[in-house]
Amino acid sequence: MSRRAVRKVTNLVALGLSGLATVIGLFFLAAILWTLLKNGLAGMSPRLFSAMTPPPGSSGGLLNAIYGSVAMTLIGILIGGPIGILAGTFLAEYGRATRLSTVIRFVNDVLLSAPSIIIGLFVYELLVVRMGHFSAIAGAVALAIIAIPVTVRTTEDMLNLVPQGMKDASTAMGAYPWRTVVSVIYPAARSGMVTGLLLAIARISGETAPLLFTALNNQFWSSDLSAPMANLPVVIFQFALSPYPNWQQLAWSGALLITLSILVLSIIARVAISSLSPGGRR
Amino acid sequence: MNAVAAIDPTHAASQRLRERAFRAATFAAALLVLLLLGGVAVSLLAGSWPAFSHFKLAFLTREIWNPVTDQYGALAPVYGTLVTSLLALLLAVPVSFGIAIFLTELAPVWLKRPVGVAIELLAAVPSIIYGIWGLFVLAPVLQRHVQPWLIDHVGPVPLLGKLFQGPPFGIGVFTAGFVLGIMVIPFISAVMRDVFETVPDVLKESGYGLGATTWEVIWQVVVPYARTGIIGGIMLGLGRALGETMAVTFVIGNAHRIGSSLLAPGTTISASIANEFAEAVGALYTSSLIGLGALLFFITFSVIAAARLLLMRLTRKALSTA
Repeated sequence: MSRRAVRKVTNLVALGLSGLATVIGLFFLAAILWTLLKNGLAGMSPRLFSAMTPPPGSSGGLLNAIYGSVAMTLIGILIGGPIGILAGTFLAEYGRATRLSTVIRFVNDVLLSAPSIIIGLFVYELLVVRMGHFSAIAGAVALAIIAIPVTVRTTEDMLNLVPQGMKDASTAMGAYPWRTVVSVIYPAARSGMVTGLLLAIARISGETAPLLFTALNNQFWSSDLSAPMANLPVVIFQFALSPYPNWQQLAWSGALLITLSILVLSIIARVAISSLSPGGRR
Repeated sequence: MNAVAAIDPTHAASQRLRERAFRAATFAAALLVLLLLGGVAVSLLAGSWPAFSHFKLAFLTREIWNPVTDQYGALAPVYGTLVTSLLALLLAVPVSFGIAIFLTELAPVWLKRPVGVAIELLAAVPSIIYGIWGLFVLAPVLQRHVQPWLIDHVGPVPLLGKLFQGPPFGIGVFTAGFVLGIMVIPFISAVMRDVFETVPDVLKESGYGLGATTWEVIWQVVVPYARTGIIGGIMLGLGRALGETMAVTFVIGNAHRIGSSLLAPGTTISASIANEFAEAVGALYTSSLIGLGALLFFITFSVIAAARLLLMRLTRKALSTA
């Protein structure tokens, strides 16, 4: 083969392989979703949303686990969201170019990718050991700690998108910085910040590892925040590894439920973000 | 906000007060981020102190893990963590590289976004879903089709063959590494795609101008330019793989021993903690598990910090050349 032909073939093979890599990636996503749909749909029924998790062998639903997941995720985002937004505001507005901000940004990025089971251990030492027992509030705090770095990151990015001219106009009218932030910058960046919160919710609502030894699990209905509380991820973990067919079926249904909600949340968030970015619609 | 309000002294004073309060609140929240990381480090060290002071260095060098005799060593989980993560990179790095090239250099514009979003969704799928899928779908497939082939064909090879001995268990170190690889693909490919996009068009065009093929431009222009970012992305993926818990816990088999074969069951740091922590009785047992957590924190912190520093330097470079 001539040198030219070799180069052409190499080019085709390399580009073909990169296309193949993309197909492989998409294949795994499709395979996972298909498995979930196939196994999860079989167990979809009204009882899933109206009955409690059953003992082995009898029928039941996931009501207490769904309630627990929603409750802990909401409390988690109610604690973590405001802290994340305030810290993001500091990085984007007050501390912009200071050395402290660089350090905080770095630490935040490290927390963003820190293993969630480590956060679980931390909250165990911080709350569970002191309270003497597992509790829903400990689970919520663990989720909040995971939500904070996500929110800090998106808030800072979104505030930085607000045009400097708007901030200057507000300052020129004699507004204090806090007034500019609250009345000009937050409204301008609102949809981006909401998107960030949605992404944080999507991130924490599927977390399992930090709940294993904070909220633990509960076979029964409980709305007591100082007691162990059922939640979808831990129920899926326990039921999937059990030998009982009815438990395994519930695990698949729960898995489908949680994945669909997270994917829908992520897609909404992404569509919203793309319409916000400078390259997007506005 | 009118002109009169601005010169009203009580109003001005209250504005100043609110300014101070708001600034203090944002500052406190930002400091909390620092405190969180510090708090995690301190609480892990404090919690693992009994184990470290009891076993001393032997905690790091012994394979034994026996709750009955209260003897604990971290070698097996540390080994499992490192091996599964390396396996994951072997699968994920080439695939992510291909995806990043496809998304930046090959895909037509209308295809870029949907494919990009689909790959990102792979990152949004909770890890427990990977675990349940890995256990019920992937492990049987690997056990029936992939592992027997590896045993028959790679097994007889000297040295390398040692890694593929014994029966095909299905669950084990190999399967765990495979699932982890799928999980970190979206993280690595996202970073690679972003750094590929920072390569100036002029550089690529001069490559094409000299008659280079697309692949030659990618390999000789894009990759050298983006090298730091590529390494940063791979290390970020490694950081993810090292600390990943649920997916591994389902498929690794949870055996506290170091098998010479990759097909045998093993354990990782995070899988040991997830499996045993809630049921651990006795101060030394709990403390040893927290000690494992401290080791994991130290390992992942070093990897992630190094990755972030590389990527931060890259952003500064991009800003200064822009």
